[in-house]
Amino acid sequence: MSTRAISGLVVPPKGHSVWLVTLSAAAMAFLAVFALALSVTSARLAASWAEALSQTATVRLASPPEEMELQTALVLDVLRTTPGIAEARVMELDEQAALLEAWLGPDLPLDALPLPRLIELTETREGPDRQGLRLRLAAEAPGAVYDDHTRWRRPLVQAATRLQAVALVALGLIGGVTAAIIALAASAALSSNGQVIRVLRLVGARDRFIALAFMRRITRRALLGATGGTALGMAALLALPEMDAAVPVLAGIGFQGWSWALPLAIPPLAALLAWMASMATAFRVLRGVT
Amino acid sequence: MILFEDVSHDYGGGPLFRDVSVRLDTGSFHFLTGPSGAGKSTFLKLCYGELLPSSGKVTLLNRDLRAMSRDQLAETRERIGVVHQDCQFLDHLSVEQNVGLPMTATGRPVKDSDISDLLGWVGLSAQADALPPTLSGGERQRAALARAIVSAPNVLLADEPTGNLDWEMSQRLMMLMIELNRMGTAVVIATHDLNLIRFAKAQVQARVMRISGRKLQLAGSEL
Repeated sequence: MSTRAISGLVVPPKGHSVWLVTLSAAAMAFLAVFALALSVTSARLAASWAEALSQTATVRLASPPEEMELQTALVLDVLRTTPGIAEARVMELDEQAALLEAWLGPDLPLDALPLPRLIELTETREGPDRQGLRLRLAAEAPGAVYDDHTRWRRPLVQAATRLQAVALVALGLIGGVTAAIIALAASAALSSNGQVIRVLRLVGARDRFIALAFMRRITRRALLGATGGTALGMAALLALPEMDAAVPVLAGIGFQGWSWALPLAIPPLAALLAWMASMATAFRVLRGVT
Repeated sequence: MILFEDVSHDYGGGPLFRDVSVRLDTGSFHFLTGPSGAGKSTFLKLCYGELLPSSGKVTLLNRDLRAMSRDQLAETRERIGVVHQDCQFLDHLSVEQNVGLPMTATGRPVKDSDISDLLGWVGLSAQADALPPTLSGGERQRAALARAIVSAPNVLLADEPTGNLDWEMSQRLMMLMIELNRMGTAVVIATHDLNLIRFAKAQVQARVMRISGRKLQLAGSEL
């Protein structure tokens, strides 16, 4: 029998610590899948919100009703002659009604309200000189206000970025807790196998051989547990109910496309963590055995 | 090979023995006797570095025990076979795997046929695949002896190796240790069995050490 083969056999196959490693790795991998999903989703949200609003803007025109058409024409003329504006379109009344419906209800008498006129802009990638545009609008149509959505977009992007940071911190914490649990389990495994260690030292086995025997066992169990936990986590994500547009923030929590490959990195990472944690513990415990 | 210079050992309740100086040379054969609790097992543990002396110097195979790294101690133990009083096995491995452990756990090649021959010598061929907890006390001692000598060690340390054996098997195992000694292995056997000592002295030039009154006394060639 080879050294490697006997190394796989010297640690007794049964023991509570072995189950502790498997179960804790499974539980932590399950949680890690969700933390990762949250991180990926928040990154995607931040990108999509930034992207969705980044090349649009609105000009809000408040004017006495009798001057509204003239002012609108002036504003459109300014916009069409401004470099960086790809398109300018006056929003229809029913479009404005749809926007206000969420706050004021469907039976809104728009014609009775002094609503400003909204002009939707699509900007080129370079965008206009915003300060210059504001000055020109103020000169040509004093009631026109250029809004590039920055004040709406920035807090949304910030919120999504912070959510992503929280998810990454959660991932780090899960990794730390996993390492701590595995280190404890390794310590318990080594303590409960004092006889094995004494016999191996007695026959001349090096610490490296003994530590490797325990590290292999613990790493294999962690890999097994993490694989199961990851599979369960991915299945649970797939089983989440579809969020419709009524809850836009929750829509799409989980992985999309290639990002489904990301959780597949969890089991090998858990195994690596288990390998390092059990190695540190094994050599520390072995130093106390003659 | 093993050198004790003014060695004392103390577990905390006063010295078990003190100022022991003795040299165990290549090819020597020593019996260690003394009343229970006198320190025979402690002496043997000092001989393979499981314990460090409270004072004095122990040299194992030309290396100072205190100065050895853990790997050097393991390397030294590769060349020392030990039969413990309580045997100590890996209970989930077969007798055959336990006997081969000093070789496989240290990366040295071992032939299955060598282990089979050895198990035959100690009368355990039929128990090769058995687990240690299923063995009788005598069978465990024989398996422990087989494990201790499988690597043809430079030193064999045996603590009451025939305590649970009948006279016939005791003689057989003693002959095995004598054969090993004739090939150059230094042998130290802690025992109370005077008949065994007489039997061995008829075959080989053996010296008797006695721990008594916290001192190690080296008897003459006559018992």
